[in-house]
Amino acid sequence: MPLAELQFDKVKCAACKAVSCLVNCQYMDFKDTNEAKREWQEVIDGRDSCVLKSCTTCYACEEYCPLGNHPFYLIVERQEQKGILPAPRPIVTMWINQCQPVGKFIVGKVEERALSYCFLPQLNVLVKGKLFDGIAWSAIFGQEFFCNAVYLHYAKASIIKDRLPAVIENIRSQGIKELVCLHDECYGTFTSLVPAYGLDLPFRPVHYYEYLYDRLGELRDLIKPLNIKAAYQRNCSARLCPQTDHYVDDIFELLGVERVKRQYDRDNALCCAEVFRMARGPAFADDVQRRNLEDMAESKAEYCVFNCPACWDALADKVLDSGIKPIHMIDLCRLAIGEEQGLKLPEASTEA
Amino acid sequence: MVGSRAVYDELVRIVGKDFVSDHKEERYFYARDGGLMPPHEPDFVVLPNTSEQIQQIVKLANREQVPIVPQGAGLALTGLVIPQRGGMVLDMKRMDRILEVNEQARYVVVEAGVTHGTLKNHLHRHHPQLRHSIPDSPPTATVVANAVIHGQGRLSQQHGFNSDMVSGLEVILPTGELCRIGSCSVSPYWFSKGPPLPDLSSLFLGWFGTTGIITRLGLKLYPCKKMRDVMLALTDRAELVPDIMLRLSHTEMVEDVVAAAQPLPLRFKDTFWIMAYITGDTQEELEFKRKMVWDALWDLFESRDVGILSLPSAMKGPLLSMPSKDTTRFADVSKGGGFQYAGPIAPIEKFPLFVKKLEEVAANYKLFYSSTSRLIGAGHCMMFSFSFSFNRANADEMSRAKKALDECSRFALEEGGVLWKADIDEQKLLMDRMDPNTLGLMKKIRQLLDPNGIMNPGNWEIE
Repeated sequence: MPLAELQFDKVKCAACKAVSCLVNCQYMDFKDTNEAKREWQEVIDGRDSCVLKSCTTCYACEEYCPLGNHPFYLIVERQEQKGILPAPRPIVTMWINQCQPVGKFIVGKVEERALSYCFLPQLNVLVKGKLFDGIAWSAIFGQEFFCNAVYLHYAKASIIKDRLPAVIENIRSQGIKELVCLHDECYGTFTSLVPAYGLDLPFRPVHYYEYLYDRLGELRDLIKPLNIKAAYQRNCSARLCPQTDHYVDDIFELLGVERVKRQYDRDNALCCAEVFRMARGPAFADDVQRRNLEDMAESKAEYCVFNCPACWDALADKVLDSGIKPIHMIDLCRLAIGEEQGLKLPEASTEA
Repeated sequence: MVGSRAVYDELVRIVGKDFVSDHKEERYFYARDGGLMPPHEPDFVVLPNTSEQIQQIVKLANREQVPIVPQGAGLALTGLVIPQRGGMVLDMKRMDRILEVNEQARYVVVEAGVTHGTLKNHLHRHHPQLRHSIPDSPPTATVVANAVIHGQGRLSQQHGFNSDMVSGLEVILPTGELCRIGSCSVSPYWFSKGPPLPDLSSLFLGWFGTTGIITRLGLKLYPCKKMRDVMLALTDRAELVPDIMLRLSHTEMVEDVVAAAQPLPLRFKDTFWIMAYITGDTQEELEFKRKMVWDALWDLFESRDVGILSLPSAMKGPLLSMPSKDTTRFADVSKGGGFQYAGPIAPIEKFPLFVKKLEEVAANYKLFYSSTSRLIGAGHCMMFSFSFSFNRANADEMSRAKKALDECSRFALEEGGVLWKADIDEQKLLMDRMDPNTLGLMKKIRQLLDPNGIMNPGNWEIE
């Protein structure tokens, strides 16, 4: 079966005067809009461009594009066509092998409405308590249900195109009609990548923020306002579904949390930078993390709220070292209804 | 043959009736280990509690011509404590006292039954600024037995074999005399196993209990930093692994370097994982060492041949655990709990060749394999494990595993490796290749120390 093709409108893109995808990029500098436009035209036409080697794969241009024309997916396609490796070859190989489907369906008692744990075992400690009453057992996990969006970081659109149709079919075959995605990389895949590649989706994806917001509404009587200031750590895959960002504000309002104003939030957010470390080395990644952490501290945030477990792994201990308490969004909700934090940092020790 | 009543009664007199057995159950248990060597039952199992008791037992054994096999936890996997000629197994686990920790001279003196797990806990609780080189065997492995087989551990990259870290011995000779080796022979301090005296420790280390019974051992301790981390370099080119290991060693910032090669879990497939362990008392110290590691591999990173993986906590935890639990997990991959490896000590340049051989042999014998190679002594050599797991209930799989191991051992020998904790068949292979004068010297030493040939017969047995 031929692989799906990216639905990219070259004409519309070439006509764009803003070139927001490159002009707004936090990691590439262009002399002016004209230079950005010239480079972007090279990408559109499939020629060599500095963009292909300079791209950090932060996903942000997907959000910046006012036309919904998927500039980042085009970059990934072009990188792969030209054999450009954003990360060292063995890292890419490891990722490709690690998430390879093996025919092992790790499922709970799946119902029409189910939770997707993606391929993140850390989520297991978060899905507890009243927030997940009535659904916790209806869950899917593992390679067979893995969204594969991570290969956007590794110039491997072909892997996504190869595996994603089977993933969609695997979810459908479980009888799932509504899938609550606990990692927004999955939600971004189903709401952005899937239509971008012209695939059909036989179930409704629900972002877990939407789920939490609705559930908190049902548990409103239990909520005790937290009265805290929090910085929000936006992650790369949030760029694939920026329409969900308002839920952060909505949930914070319900919980009595102030989302501090800072330089690196919303469309100017800095990602956790661990992908940058693997791709470009420590100096670049450390600089991004330092700027992000300093910005959090300057904003007087007491907490840093995480969306993505991978960001947590990259930043939680550094956040703590900055005097700010790291907490996952689900745990923030749990705290507000009188439950305990599930995802914690391991205690520092010399020997495990 | 079941031992004589007179010997049994005498053993009861020496250690007490609760600590001697000639029952079938104990003889069955002490007849085997977790590896592939055929079992052979002892006549008696004896658990002494003091060096004096061992002296009396050894004198009895000489008088009655009964073989003695001293045993730690019996975890060598190569049958080194299977009593090939019967006699008595001396299980040392009752001698489990930690006798002294000298914080300033950085050594510990332990009895022969003290395990690595016990020592680790003791140091962690009472001397948290000190640590020892923990091997990746189960924590029940004893410090003495690990030194006797020239084990390696978490500090071997910096300080050599665990036996290199011995700082003194108390030994019961095969003729019953108690003998102290090293500085403790002339001083109350156990700081050196030899220098500036003639180093007699090598009469006992590596001899698998054929030249005496170690009852006490001094072990060097090293600074224990407050923080510890692991960095993981990946490559898909086996030929780069020796260079990567050497570069890491060259930084002099890395305490342990281990390379892994295995097909499963899938994340390991087609890549080689090189773990570099670093420690520090501050974040700044750790960060400096991380930078040194990055700098050491930078050109390989830029060429995209080597990546350094950012480790999620779920992966980092198991890699930092000491001992590693992965070995134990691997032992049950085929279910049935069977696992053995040939572990030649070899120049690190042999890594690509050995990996290729391992893959070929595993495919030929239809076995699941893994390999973990530890750098020893700043790159002087490595321990490369050709590891196979098997189901103990599957005789055919066990037979294939044995043949696979034999083939790997022979190959390693041909390539200049020296077999580590060699089983009795491998010992013969080694001795067949050994310089005749060296072999003659070994024979003289054995005859001199053990004139009646009672000590762990079958091992290092020179025709």
